[in-house]
Amino acid sequence: MYRNVSGCAISGIISRSGKRFSGERIIESVATMRERSNGLGGGFAAYGIYPEYKDYYAFHIFYNDNAAKKECETFLEEHFDIINLSRIPTRKIPEITDEPLIWRYFVLPLPTKLAASQLDEREYVVRCVFRINTGIDGAYVFSSGKNMGVFKAVGFPEDVGRFYKLEEYEGYCFTAHGRYPTNTPGWWGGAHPFSLLDYTVVHNGEISSYDANRRSIEMYGYKCTLLTDTEVIAYMIDYLHRRIGLTLDEICHVFAAPFWSTIEGKPKQEREELKFLRNVFSSLLITGPFSIIVGFEGGMMALNDRLKLRSMVVGEKDDMVYVASEEAAIRIIQNDLDRVWSPMGGEGVIVTVEGVKN
Amino acid sequence: MAVEYIQPEYEVVRNQERCIVCRVCERQCANQVHEYLKDSNRMVADDSKCVNCHRCVALCPTRALKIVKSPHTFKENTNWSGKAISEIYKQAESGGVLLSSMGNPENYPVYFDKMLLNASQVTNPSIDPLREPMETRVFLGAKPERIERDEKGRIIRSLPPQIQLSMPVMFSAMSYGSISYNAHESLARAAAELGILYNTGEGGLHEDLYKYGKNTIVQVASGRFGVHKDYLESGAAIEIKMGQGAKPGIGGHLPGEKVGMDISRTRMIPEGTDAISPAPHHDIYSIEDLRQLVYSLKEATGYKKPVIVKIAAVHNVAAIASGIARSGADMIAIDGFRGGTGAAPTRIRDHVGLPIELALASVDKRLRDEGIRNRVSIIAGGSIRSSADVVKAIALGADCVYIATAALVALGCHLCRSCHTGKCNWGIATQRPDLVKRLNPNIGFRRLVNLLTAWQHEIKEMMGGMGINSIEALRGNRLMLRGVGLNEKELEILGIKHAGE
Ligand code: SF4
Ligand code: SF4
Repeated sequence: MYRNVSGCAISGIISRSGKRFSGERIIESVATMRERSNGLGGGFAAYGIYPEYKDYYAFHIFYNDNAAKKECETFLEEHFDIINLSRIPTRKIPEITDEPLIWRYFVLPLPTKLAASQLDEREYVVRCVFRINTGIDGAYVFSSGKNMGVFKAVGFPEDVGRFYKLEEYEGYCFTAHGRYPTNTPGWWGGAHPFSLLDYTVVHNGEISSYDANRRSIEMYGYKCTLLTDTEVIAYMIDYLHRRIGLTLDEICHVFAAPFWSTIEGKPKQEREELKFLRNVFSSLLITGPFSIIVGFEGGMMALNDRLKLRSMVVGEKDDMVYVASEEAAIRIIQNDLDRVWSPMGGEGVIVTVEGVKN
Repeated sequence: MAVEYIQPEYEVVRNQERCIVCRVCERQCANQVHEYLKDSNRMVADDSKCVNCHRCVALCPTRALKIVKSPHTFKENTNWSGKAISEIYKQAESGGVLLSSMGNPENYPVYFDKMLLNASQVTNPSIDPLREPMETRVFLGAKPERIERDEKGRIIRSLPPQIQLSMPVMFSAMSYGSISYNAHESLARAAAELGILYNTGEGGLHEDLYKYGKNTIVQVASGRFGVHKDYLESGAAIEIKMGQGAKPGIGGHLPGEKVGMDISRTRMIPEGTDAISPAPHHDIYSIEDLRQLVYSLKEATGYKKPVIVKIAAVHNVAAIASGIARSGADMIAIDGFRGGTGAAPTRIRDHVGLPIELALASVDKRLRDEGIRNRVSIIAGGSIRSSADVVKAIALGADCVYIATAALVALGCHLCRSCHTGKCNWGIATQRPDLVKRLNPNIGFRRLVNLLTAWQHEIKEMMGGMGINSIEALRGNRLMLRGVGLNEKELEILGIKHAGE
């Protein structure tokens, strides 16, 4: 298998107060950057969209055929309490073809199985997701968090949004991705966002540290099967945030560590902390151009590479924060901004929603 | 007259028209090749004594000298080479083990020369090291597997002992005894100036060099020469030498003639006695014993110094390294079969061990498969010849490399491979005061600094080309390598793709 290399457009919108709004706006934003995509993949992550099932893990699964579905459902029944399942509603449009079977399940780990596994609940869910994705041919879990969901397909992002009827969902945060891959995977699972639990990543760029990061993260039980930068970054976030317990701010200092010359100029406490993070997590430093938007339960984080080799703009209006590869993609949905700026390389922008745990 | 079985390998060619009979060559050659004939007022040479070290060539003021390979030959035979035949003559005469020095010169594959590096085009910009920061700093030492926080939520920054290096290169072990004081001083001062470390080797540390302690790795080998508390305390790290790439499985031998007053003091053995390092450490017959030695050394130094365990690359190197990683060691140094030596039995040097590239790749993979790669740093040595070799070794998975032969070459070594004779004309592998003083440490240290400064520039250029601006992102980044002319198995072990894939 070969590594997938791509250029891209990304966009994200979040309401700090947790006000829910329709998916319409993110479609409009990412559609502005059509030039940056080539129709080979688009997708969205939406947070706060399943309030009626907010305590259940929402699995979105692609199946190649009914046999895969049957096998996967047997696995799910053995490991989870499935309290609801349905086809994900879609709209037939000429731009999106060859769709797989797309299903959604709201689940909780079976208490007996969970206890027997001696794992914490989230780790249990992660392991089950990996078992399906690497073990069941033709089944692929592409979303597995609570009160959130990923929607993705092969096509231009605005068509993907219409296909999934995204305008009918309401959430407090949306991110979007349009892909410009330099090869043609033609597989829906290969589109972005990439996700694990409630962590989602949309990413623009091509990281030169890829294999160093991949080989390092695979040591902790992750399997990089898609060979995309986004996949490896998503696992790195899961590892550092959920398993190691770093804060998002600290994660920014690992991914896009300040240069040593900058670190030396900091006050002692900060200098020692930055040095510690760079030393201990040196294999998770990301080099090469990237801009990423990370979604998680209760917030969103945007980050550029340390040299800022990819464009990324942030805008604010009242309680709304917008991030996009191009300012135009923000202005199209909100022209009257209180503030607009380009974060510096390595400067993370972390937005959290009041009252939602993160 | 006795029958001469062995004919000289080289001819000393003197251009008599240029020769002004200054007799410099006569004075410079410790092998006594040149002789002045008074009657004819001419210089003559005895080819049979020449080791081809170029000292006379380099010092002749009129460039009258050159050393050429003798065209004298045996009847051609691809099986029985001239070398094979001559070695039999030597052993038939002496009844002894053949000795040689420096690294294995035989025709085995050099994998570094069969790997090519990547560079960015279009989708990912290359980075210009002259315009943007390009970082080569590395930390060696075990990394924690979890973090803890204090009551204020701040990370508790306690780490096992670490070594900070300005670039991922260190000078590897060469003992005072096998090389001269001036060579040692040059290495120590260069390490201090460069912000890296040098290694005492197994012969202890001369008291005048204690002041470079921050830049010193002190070695503990099977002979335990010169090992005492102050010695252990004086360095930045302690290395247990289990093996050496040039002579895996055997110990060392410093002949009594080299053990003069200073060396006797440093090694803590009587003057004029042979210093013999046994093949094994007699307190280490298995991995549990190694663990005990690692912890005794840590105990003796208050857990403040990282411990390196150095092994020769041998067939089972991955499993051995995995054992070492679990023994409490902070770093593993792997020495490939082309690594140099001051003296080794020729058959061992030329027929035992593994290429460092394969050993390094399999150790790095094994430690990752077992999830313990972060417990140890890997230092790779055994013929790193250039900055390109450094970059390739890091991309295969090394944290840092060790160089020794390259450092000696910078000091003037001409790889004549006769260190074991103790008559190094360049003042390096000798203890004869008249020869030692030919190596001026003020110049020697400068040349070492120049060499590594140049390598650092080149490493940055290559990193920039790959779009990598910090060396951590190169470590283990095997996608940056492609093999040329390697078979499937070799590619699999190196963990790289073939060029064009
Ligand atoms: S041994 Fe060295 S110095 Fe002596 S003649 Fe040969 S090359 Fe010249
Ligand atoms: S150190 Fe001296 S004796 Fe040894 S190979 Fe180099 S020049 Fe020859």
